Amino acid sequence: MAATTDTADAASQTSLTRDQLHEIYYYLQLTRQLENLLTTLYRQNKVIGGLYRSLGQEATAVASAYALQRRTDATGDVVAPAIRDMGGLLVMGARPVDFLRQYMAKGDSPTWGREQNVHFTDYDRGFIGLISHLGVMIEVMAGVALTFKLRGEPRVALAWSGDGMTSTGAFHEGFNLAAVQRAPLIVIVENNGYAYSTPVSRQTAAGSFVERAAGYGAFGEQCDGNDVFAVHDMVSRAAARARNGEGASLLEVITYRRKGHAEHDAQAYVPAGEIEAWEAKDPVVRYERTLLEQGHATQEELDAIAARVATEIETAREEAEASPMPEPETALAEVTGGTFVPQPWTRGGAPDPRRA
Amino acid sequence: MATIEQSMKVREKPEHVRNTEEGRPVTMLEAIREALWEEMERDDSVFVIGEDIGVYGGAFKMTDGFLDHFGPKRIVDTPISEAGFTGAAAGAAHMGMRPVVEMQFMDFVSCAYEPLTNYIATSRWRGSGPLPIVIRGPVGGGVRGGPFHSQNPEMAFFHTPGLKIVYPSTAADAKGLLKAAIRDDDPVLFFEHKKLYRAPFLRETLPADDFVVPLGKARLDREGSDITIVTYGMMVHESRKAAEQLENEDGINVEILDLRTLLPLDEAAIIESVKKTNRVLVVHEDTRTGGIAGEISMRINEKAFEWLDAPILRVTSLDSPVPYSPPLEDYFLPQVSDIVAACRYLANY
Repeated sequence: MAATTDTADAASQTSLTRDQLHEIYYYLQLTRQLENLLTTLYRQNKVIGGLYRSLGQEATAVASAYALQRRTDATGDVVAPAIRDMGGLLVMGARPVDFLRQYMAKGDSPTWGREQNVHFTDYDRGFIGLISHLGVMIEVMAGVALTFKLRGEPRVALAWSGDGMTSTGAFHEGFNLAAVQRAPLIVIVENNGYAYSTPVSRQTAAGSFVERAAGYGAFGEQCDGNDVFAVHDMVSRAAARARNGEGASLLEVITYRRKGHAEHDAQAYVPAGEIEAWEAKDPVVRYERTLLEQGHATQEELDAIAARVATEIETAREEAEASPMPEPETALAEVTGGTFVPQPWTRGGAPDPRRA
Repeated sequence: MATIEQSMKVREKPEHVRNTEEGRPVTMLEAIREALWEEMERDDSVFVIGEDIGVYGGAFKMTDGFLDHFGPKRIVDTPISEAGFTGAAAGAAHMGMRPVVEMQFMDFVSCAYEPLTNYIATSRWRGSGPLPIVIRGPVGGGVRGGPFHSQNPEMAFFHTPGLKIVYPSTAADAKGLLKAAIRDDDPVLFFEHKKLYRAPFLRETLPADDFVVPLGKARLDREGSDITIVTYGMMVHESRKAAEQLENEDGINVEILDLRTLLPLDEAAIIESVKKTNRVLVVHEDTRTGGIAGEISMRINEKAFEWLDAPILRVTSLDSPVPYSPPLEDYFLPQVSDIVAACRYLANY
């Protein structure tokens, strides 16, 4: 059932309106500029812990989320990101200040400083925070999709996966369960060249991931992950199939991770010239060029969008920097419904009064 | 939820879930089945997910007849994938459902250790809100099930903040605690001793009303003044036999505290009993090293050291996988004679 999309003319055939195309550009700019700011903050030691960037693969997360039903009242589609899908969460409605507070471990971050980066949940906007153990989110999103099917709701669950995640047992168990149940699950494998330092050739002997779809009895499709139009079209088709009761899809996008696993990773394992070759295929630059060449936007319009993003991010930075660090004694609250073993002689006190 | 209602092939409630309704006594298995049935009728968001639970009715026939009544949208048969369907239960709970996961044997919960400890247990604390999931299934030995169908894996999860653990010893408690577990907003591991499922001596007539036994409260199984036995599950009954023997042969008056819930642990009830009897024996079927008895002893040490007249002792299974052959398994499992001997040692200390 696997198919490969010919992307040559995807842009000229697009059903997206001019406003939508501009909005996608806004999210691409937002993702890239926010990550640039996070890099600056990282170098200033204001980011606590690691920083994981999506440079060179922003189009995938942004364009796929843009193909979903996005609402803010907990009735839309639901996504689960992998580590490099901040752009998708921004499209779903997450605010830049949320990510800044998460990375800076602030007390008013969505997880009150307990968790980092994109690991947070917002049911209203339709995203569920991941954990670091790869593959679990495929199981969890299989359950989200199963619920939509059981309740007869026309909603879709989408999980992003890196190429490394596909090697876990959890990935298989979760996707197989969804496939058997004909649940509306879309899994997008972002084949970006490396899982930490492990190249795709050491991740699978198959060479591609889309071929696995047939093994699950699921629909499979592959496209160029640096082509906004191709990704948007492919995910739109998968979402329509899912809503139509046609079950799970395993999609693969071919893209490239131009940064290391995290900022501390110097990428010594990458062959010379490889990053430069992919820099020439930068998805944001390519999208700008297509919009201009095909008359979907003027340079002035694009510049205005980029400038608006810069202003918004500066405001978010100010808010996040002014946020307080968490109070130590809030660490134990909400383990279960307010109960935890008190340690009267050492640390620990009353549960966090800001109970969810 | 209208779609579920419409899709249900609603039939008359089968005979085997009407025992309590009609005043007949029930076994522990029947009590659990009634609790499940009643909770599914009470709340459309409750559904059961697991292996062979549909047409077959489950390995122990717990969900026998459920598929006909509730339909495949509420009795969800799965591939063999404990990690997959436990993780999926979390996703369903995120979306407002209250999944009850059946582990065919609790031994297999090890496959779901990852989603349970890393994802589910941390979910509320990570700010994703309550996660109402019950993971229930048969535990324990004595039925010659061999090493992979006889384990007591509670300790692997007792150490995980964010989970609750229930381990009933009577039919009434099993029903009331399972209802409480399903209504609880946190993930609950619910352990059912398979040797107690159909034990005739546990058969009892339950209250006809919708009764719930709160989580986190121990039950005084037997009142006594000389020694406190802190225990749960199958060992409540072995301890009772020992207590009767000690009463008859030695005049020793044993108090038995049935914990019922291991997480949260009813520390107050333990301390109160220790202050009364001044001697403690902890008995559990799980193996010894790193077992729950160690934690209970330490809590007593911290809170009631001055009241102790003897060292705290424990009777547990031996540090071995569960053997298959009867002479081996009996040697491995705690016996009534072990409990009697430990109590005599304490009484004479």
